[in-house]
Parts: sequence; structure tokens; C-alpha cells
Amino acid sequence: MNWLLVVEQCLNGLQFGVMLFLMAAGLTLVFGIMNLVNLAHGSLYMVGAYLATAAFNRTGSFLAAVAFALAATLAIGMLVEVIALRTLYERDHLDQVLATFGLILFFNEAVAIVWGRAALFTAVPRALSGHLQVLPGIPYPAYRAVIILVGLAVALLLYVVVSRTRLGMLIRAGASNRTMVGALGVNIRLLYTVVFGFGAALAALGGAMAGPIYSVLPGMGEEILIQVFVVIVIGGIGSIRGALVGAVVVGMVDTLGRAFLKPMLSTVLGPSAADNAGPALASMLIYILMAAVLFFRPQGLFPAVRS
Amino acid sequence: MRSARALTLLAGFLVLGLVPVVAALANQPFYLDLFRRIMIFAIAAVSLDLILGFGGMVSFGHAAYLGIGAYAVAIPAFYGIHSGLVQWPLALALSGLAALAIGAVSLRTSGVSFIMITLAFAQMLYYLGISINAWGADDGMRLARRSQFGGVVDLANAYVFYYVVFGVLVALLWLGHRLIHARFGVVIRAAKSNEPRMRAIGFATFRYKLAAFVIAGAGGGLAGALLTNQTEYLTPSYMHWTRSGDIMVMVILGGMGTLYGPVLGAVAFLLLEDILSAWTVHWQVVLGPLLVLVVLYARRGLYGLLPGAGARDG
Amino acid sequence: MAEPLLAVRGLTKRFGGLVATDRVDLEVADGETLAVIGPNGAGKTTLIGQLSGDLVPDAGTIRFAGEDVTALPAPTRSQRGLARSFQITSIFPEFTALDNVALAVQAHAGHSFRFWTPARAERALREPARATLEQVGLGARAAVAAGTLAHGEQRQLEIAMALATRPRLLLLDEPVAGMGADESQRMVQLLRALRGHHTIVLVEHDMDVVFALADRISVMVYGRVIASGAPEAIRANAEVRRAYLGEEIPA
Repeated sequence: MNWLLVVEQCLNGLQFGVMLFLMAAGLTLVFGIMNLVNLAHGSLYMVGAYLATAAFNRTGSFLAAVAFALAATLAIGMLVEVIALRTLYERDHLDQVLATFGLILFFNEAVAIVWGRAALFTAVPRALSGHLQVLPGIPYPAYRAVIILVGLAVALLLYVVVSRTRLGMLIRAGASNRTMVGALGVNIRLLYTVVFGFGAALAALGGAMAGPIYSVLPGMGEEILIQVFVVIVIGGIGSIRGALVGAVVVGMVDTLGRAFLKPMLSTVLGPSAADNAGPALASMLIYILMAAVLFFRPQGLFPAVRS
Repeated sequence: MRSARALTLLAGFLVLGLVPVVAALANQPFYLDLFRRIMIFAIAAVSLDLILGFGGMVSFGHAAYLGIGAYAVAIPAFYGIHSGLVQWPLALALSGLAALAIGAVSLRTSGVSFIMITLAFAQMLYYLGISINAWGADDGMRLARRSQFGGVVDLANAYVFYYVVFGVLVALLWLGHRLIHARFGVVIRAAKSNEPRMRAIGFATFRYKLAAFVIAGAGGGLAGALLTNQTEYLTPSYMHWTRSGDIMVMVILGGMGTLYGPVLGAVAFLLLEDILSAWTVHWQVVLGPLLVLVVLYARRGLYGLLPGAGARDG
Repeated sequence: MAEPLLAVRGLTKRFGGLVATDRVDLEVADGETLAVIGPNGAGKTTLIGQLSGDLVPDAGTIRFAGEDVTALPAPTRSQRGLARSFQITSIFPEFTALDNVALAVQAHAGHSFRFWTPARAERALREPARATLEQVGLGARAAVAAGTLAHGEQRQLEIAMALATRPRLLLLDEPVAGMGADESQRMVQLLRALRGHHTIVLVEHDMDVVFALADRISVMVYGRVIASGAPEAIRANAEVRRAYLGEEIPA
């Protein structure tokens, strides 16, 4: 086996894991604090991707495009929270699933109306189009390396916000004791709207960075959302740390499985059988992993302590 | 009041039973096709409601069983086995087995995890479907002919096929009616109501819930077998997660935890889809917000609007 | 003396840093009524939860009817003859009172993989259920949805569901919780009628109820049993008075 390839695929796995984390963090935060299952979280990722891609193609500045996508998706997220989701916090999960399913249909169709059903493409920003030497003799695309760095920075930032700031204190308290936070005189409605918008912005960041390397098309949000569910189930619902660990594990397993399962199988089964079984098995790998984790730990790896 | 509801239901069945006559008289075979499709999804929705409405298990992966049932018809047909007596039992058995495996893992959890896991497993089967090149991958494959029943029942005849589907739906509702009032049904309904209490009085609830999950899966498989015959085509998109969402919406729209509600829901949902899609290709942009409104303001479902439908049982 | 019906040894349960039950030892003889008392947070409900199988102890053993049941889940313990009532009323609110009790009968009348005969038509389930409802004084309310019964009636229904499983041991978690004086009086009469016929472990706050029913009393404080004995001895025990009774009933 080629070590260059192994290192490169490991980095790709990490990069995919980081994208999953950006989604999982927002989703698990919203669930942990507002007790809301938001299927439409993937739609926010998609909206972020479309807005950033469209803005980048128009302005030519990737940074400005990402900033615009973040701000706009934050606003859209807060608007959706105020109009539709706010009333769902006290409803059961089934209602939440159905209503947010309705939102997905709306968003997927809305972007199709504006940008069409065909995939949108955009190039990697020129400044990041080259390669970095991650190890001597091992080049890696600069853009993907930046995604990894941004994701890790966000993880660090989240950790600081949640554990060190007043907002984080409210977030932690809000998760465990709503009435107590209300009694402190904090406007809990506003807090929820802010947290939701924050989660939306994280999803948009993921979507915006995904634009140049994945295809931007209606339904792209759900593709990743379901993998994010796997991340959250493995990591433990409501836990940011679980989301990080789960995301990296799922990103690695999925990427390495797709890269190496077929060649490995072909040495055992022969090339023609591997051609059929390899991709099929690779696409199932993370779900099998999820089943295995659930079998031993139904609460996930890092169950959040909930009263 | 009970008799008013019985009359309404009878009228409903009469309408469904007379659709072919009307279609023939009006020379509109399209309606035959549409209502056959509606009844097939009604079968899927009724089977989902057994676990969702009666058992309180929010499974977001019912399309998986639909897909397995479809593959169980199309794969034998691909290898030249066209007998429905092979294909249909295979559809029931394979979808039941898949439900057994998925249920055994996912029923270890509850609440949100359960929703996410059932969704994830269904999507796994979808990805599996699109990655198997031998069986059409994401293009799917054409069904050379509909299931054969030794020349006795000819599904190629649109009217015969219609009444077969009608018969399956009526039989399923009858079985469901017996089941939910029998011991088994009482156990799963009570487990939805208060599971800790059930365990405290001595019920090992897991095995009953798993059995209900398997029955519902097999029902979905049967619907899938009918669906490939309906479209004469197999596509992995039968298993796509939005399909699971659609079936779930039918159940809620019609009235979950009622026997006939999902049938109403399937009629309403697919007619709405038909009307909206004739109006604009972007009909989902209307359907989505409509769905949000239904959840927010019309929680009880259509069945609750029927005359005499006050009682919660079917 | 024969082996006690229930023998608990060294039962310990921790929640994080809190030790909810700390090396609890208990014995209950056949036919006896044992009351477990103690201030809030003493670990009484945690104890009941471990006895019924809803909570898994961190250490210790529970022997019931000569068998180690420590590792058995709640439904299996119910099948062995352990029945519980809940401190916070736990019933099937959409079902009728009779249906509630019939379910408890059904749980102990063979398996329920029966898909055809209506359960309500099974006389083997309905008749014992009706008799049990009569026994607790709810005969006239059989057809009422359980969720619409008065609070006191729901507490009676709890007892009926436990009784309908034909238990060897009844675990009652604060059966008069939240009741008015009249309702409470009726419940005490009902429980007194069960004494002797049934072995009972009773967790209760209301001292009048405890002294009216208990053959023996165990006192729990901070997860530990600090004293066990006959009611008079407990009433006289200085440590108990200091820890608990002193604040609750003026001598």
C-alpha cells in the first residue's frame, strides 16, 4: 500500500469529519437546549452553500462570500425559528419531525426555483488552489487543509464559549433548568433564537466551505444530515464532545472505507467480486459502525447528563 | 354516533370499489391508475400506523421495507422467475427479516435516537441499492412483466389488478382491526401509553414491540411488491428517505392511532400532490408550508373530522 | 425460622457522587408488613426501584423467595411475584379502569402473542380484573377512563393493578401521597384488609399510616438504615427521634 495515499486519505477523512462536526454541533446544541429535533438543519447547510457559491461567482471574493452566507443564513435561521419552530419546543418529537420535514420540502424547492435543479459549480479560491507540504514529500490541497483548520478552530471556540462565557453558562443552565434561567430574568425566547441562529451559521459555514469541493444541488443538505445523525447517535445526543469524536470517527471510517475497502477485498475475493461488493460495503460501513456502537452503548459514547 | 361513522366508512369503501366503474364509464383510465397507487400507499401507511400510531414507535424508515418488497419482485423477475407465489411471500419474508434486524438494534433506544436510527438504516439500504450495479444501481430496472399467478389472476388487466389491491387493503384493515383489539394489540397500545407501568406489571415489552415492528415491516414490503407491479419499474428511490417522510405524513394527515385514518391520509396526500403538481412543477414549495400548518393547527387528522369519529379506536 | 421472603444484603446505589442507598440490609418475612420511613432524599424510592428491578444496584444482592433476583429485569421479577405501586400515579389514562386491571391480569395469564380474539372478550381476563376492582372499591367505576378518575381513585387503581398480578410481595411507594384526609382514611382501610394475606413493603411519609399498618419499621437516613424494629421500639429510639421523628411528630 502506498503511504502517500494513506496519509492523504486520512487527511480527507479528517476534513470530512470536520464538516460533519460543523453540522453536528449546531444540531446537537439545538436538541440539547431546546429539545428540538430539527430535520431542516440540512436545509440551512444547503442555503449556506448556495448563497456562498452564488456570491463567490458574482464578487470573486471567497471571504466576502462566506461572510455574506453566514450572516444571511443566520438571519434566515432566526426568522424560521421565530415563525415556525418556536411553537414546536413544547410539542412531541413527532410533530417536530413532521413540521421540519415540511420545511425541507420548502427549502429544496425554493433553491430549485431560484437556481434550478442542476448542480452549481465553483472553483477553489485561487489563493488556496495550491498544495501544502503537510509532511516532507507529502503534498496536500491547501483548501482542504484550511477546512480542517477552520473546523478545529470552531471546535476550540465552541469549547471556550460553552465553558467560559456568560452565554455558555446560560446555554448550559438552559439545558438543565429552563425555569431557573427564566427566573434569572434572562429572556429565554431571545436566548433560544440566538442559539438557533448560531447553529444555523455553523451549518452555513460548513455549506459555504463545501461549495468548491462538493456539488451544490437541491437535497444536498439531507445527504449530509443523515450522516450527521449517525455522528450524533454514535457520539451521544446533546454532547458537543460526542459530536466532535463521532464526526471524526465517521469521517475517517467513511473516507478510508471508500478508498481502501475495494482494493483490500480484491486481494481476498478477486477483483470482479470486489468491484461489486466493495462500493456496496463501503457505503454501509458507517451504519454498521452505528449499529455496533448502539449494541454496546445504546446511549452513545458520551451520553449527555440530562435530568 | 357509531353507526354514523360505520355508514361513512362503508360509503368510503363503496367509492373506492366503484372507481373502476366510473373510470370505465368516463373513459378516464388515469383514475384507475391514480387510485390504485393511492391504495398501495394506503397499505404502507396503515402498516406504519400500527407501530407509529398504536405503538408509539416513530419509525422514519418505512420506505426501506417498501423498497425491499419492490426488490423482492424485481430481482426474481430479472432472473426469469415471474410467479407471484414466489415473489410476494419473498417480499413479506425479506422485509420482515430486515425489520427484525433493524428493530432489534433501534428498539434498544427510544425517542429521538429511535427516529434518527430508523432513518439512518433506511438510508443505508438506499445507498446499498444505488451501489449494486448488477441490479440496476441508481437507474433501477424495468419489470419485464407483472407478477404471474398461473393465469388465474392476470395483473396485466388493469381492472383485475385494481381489485387485487383493493382486496389486499380491505384484508389488511380487517386483520388490523382484529389485531389491535386482541391481546397483542392491547399490549402495544398500552406500551405506548405507559411503558414503565407495563414492565412493572410483568410485560417484557421489547419482544412485543419488536414483533409489531416486524409486522409493520412486512406490511410495507407487501406494499412495495404491489408498487413495482404498479409502475412496472424498480428504482432505489422507493427507499429514499423523503418517501418515508411522505408515508409518515399520510398517517398523521389522516389521523394516527386510527385504523382508517391512514387510508384517508393517503387519499388526501396523493390527490393533493396530483392537483398541486398539475398546477406547478414546484408544488413542494406549497406542500411544505402546508405541512407545517397542519402540524401546528390541525393535529388530529382528517379522521377526526368524520361524523361520529369521536372515539379513538378504529 | 425459614428463609425470609425478601432478603436484601449490602444494597448500594450511587448517582454520581451521591450515595442514594448505602449498604442497605433488610429482611421481610412471609406475611409481614415492613414500613420504610425516612426524611426526603433518604433513598426510599431508590430502594423500591432496586427491589422492583427498575434500577440496577452498584453492589449488594436481593434474594426473593429463595432465589437471587439481583440481575433480573423488572418484568421477570413481576412474574416471580414482586408487584409495585408508584409514588407518582402510573396508570394507562386512555384505558378504562377495568382495562387497566385486566392488563395486569393478562401479563400473568400466558403470552400475549394472540392476534385474533378481542382481549375484552376474554372472560379469564375480565372476571379476575372485575373482582380486583371490587376489592379496592372501584367496582362502580370500571367503565370510566382511568385518566378521568379522581386522584384518590387513581391511587386505588394503582393498588388494584398490583394486586391483579397475584403477587407474593407488594412494594407500595407512598400509597397515600397527595391524598385528602378522607381518601387517605379509605386507603388505610384497604391496606389494612390486605395485611396478613399479603407481604408488604411500605414506603410512607405519613406517620399515622405507618403506625396503623406496620409490623416492623426500618428507618433510612442518607441512604442508610439506621434502625429497624417493632413500631414501639422505633418510637422510643433516641437516634431515630433525633434524626427524623422529632421534627415530624411532636411527642
